[in-house]
Amino acid sequence: METSRDDFVIAIRSAFLKKGTQQRFSLLSLIFFSIIFLILGSLNFKAINYVKIAIKEIAYRSSFVVSVPENLLKDSYLKIQNHKNLYKENEKNKSELVKLKAKDLLNDFIILENKRLKDIVDDYLVESNTMFAKVLSDKGSPFLKSIIINRGSKHGISLGMVAMDEEYLVGKITEVNYLSSRVLLLSDLNSKIPVTIEPDGLLSILSGTGKDYGIIQYSRTNEEISTQSIVYTSGTGGLFKAGIPVGKINSNFVSDERRVQFFSDISQLKFVKIFSYIKNENK
Amino acid sequence: MTELRKKNFIIKILSKIPLIILFLSVLNDYDFNYLNLKYFSFNFSYILIFYYSLKKSESLGYTYIFIAGLFNDVVVGTPIGLSSLMYLILCVAASYLRNITLRPNLIKDSIFFLITILLINSLLFIALKLIFNYELNYLDEITNITFTFLLYFLFSNIFDFFEHYLLGNNNVR
Repeated sequence: METSRDDFVIAIRSAFLKKGTQQRFSLLSLIFFSIIFLILGSLNFKAINYVKIAIKEIAYRSSFVVSVPENLLKDSYLKIQNHKNLYKENEKNKSELVKLKAKDLLNDFIILENKRLKDIVDDYLVESNTMFAKVLSDKGSPFLKSIIINRGSKHGISLGMVAMDEEYLVGKITEVNYLSSRVLLLSDLNSKIPVTIEPDGLLSILSGTGKDYGIIQYSRTNEEISTQSIVYTSGTGGLFKAGIPVGKINSNFVSDERRVQFFSDISQLKFVKIFSYIKNENK
Repeated sequence: MTELRKKNFIIKILSKIPLIILFLSVLNDYDFNYLNLKYFSFNFSYILIFYYSLKKSESLGYTYIFIAGLFNDVVVGTPIGLSSLMYLILCVAASYLRNITLRPNLIKDSIFFLITILLINSLLFIALKLIFNYELNYLDEITNITFTFLLYFLFSNIFDFFEHYLLGNNNVR
């Protein structure tokens, strides 16, 4: 019993203290170092932090180089996996393509049907030659809301052409001279254009007021118009194409008037786009 | 004479391979994560250190093992000195086993290796969880220990082959 205990002690002592060939430190001293490292590291000892930084610098740079073969292996593995999945993905894509093609056909059909229906109701209009005109004069009279532009009959301007500020309707040509024209703005008292109010789909007339807003007229008074509704041209009469945005219903009014705030700031026009809508001949 | 010198040089280079592999393994942290195997991980460094401390302690050198542990701590992000301590405990166990063994046997070695890595991982778990407040998954640890133990058989044979046939060292068996 005593002998086996002695053997154990000898073996342990030998394991801890015996330095092998070419060994500078015994295991016990290195274990001692490790524990010192651990304790001082957890206490944020400066010298240990510097050692840590130095090892990090070496380890991260070496790690990048050392990882190259493994990364190659990993890339190859992923490539093989991708190749293996290619057949499945192709099958999936094929079935999706068939579905999308069917949807595309359905869309084409809807577009053609819409065009045909518009032709039937004679509503399919296309823009004529578009031109840009500079605003020469904007008097800002309270009685006449109009502007003078630097395009006239010489440039192909004719009565009733549409004036737009970017994508918003601002008025129509009411007077054509050789080198200039007058645009009657939507805010003019005499301006009356057929509109539709969305999303309710109400048809009405937008009248100018001489001020910077318009009012909805000739609609049934008991009809509810939700606030922030958008006013578009209705296309009735064939002068304007249906669906040109004009303004939105102003929710701040107090009277019974249904005011329309124009999308475009009519008092600040510098350039306008002039064109007319013509019936599509290629039916 | 030149032939002999050349042969000695090659053997010298080959004898450094375990050390190179040790540093490669701590720097690269072979994990095979890209295989997407949920329950597979093993600690190659433990196998290498235990094997060479048991069979050929002069191959690695305790100082290099200590430095490798410091590198491992930096790469893995554990408190510096912890991996070194674990590696050195592994060396102590291997050294003790070498001292008490008269007839080396792979089964006995592997059982002793299992006990040692269980002890080391328990110490690691306690130190990280209770002292350094690291979050560890117990199941991952168990998986790691299991695969490290199972793969010891495979790597032990590979290292035997390497030492026996490539370096011509017959003392390892």
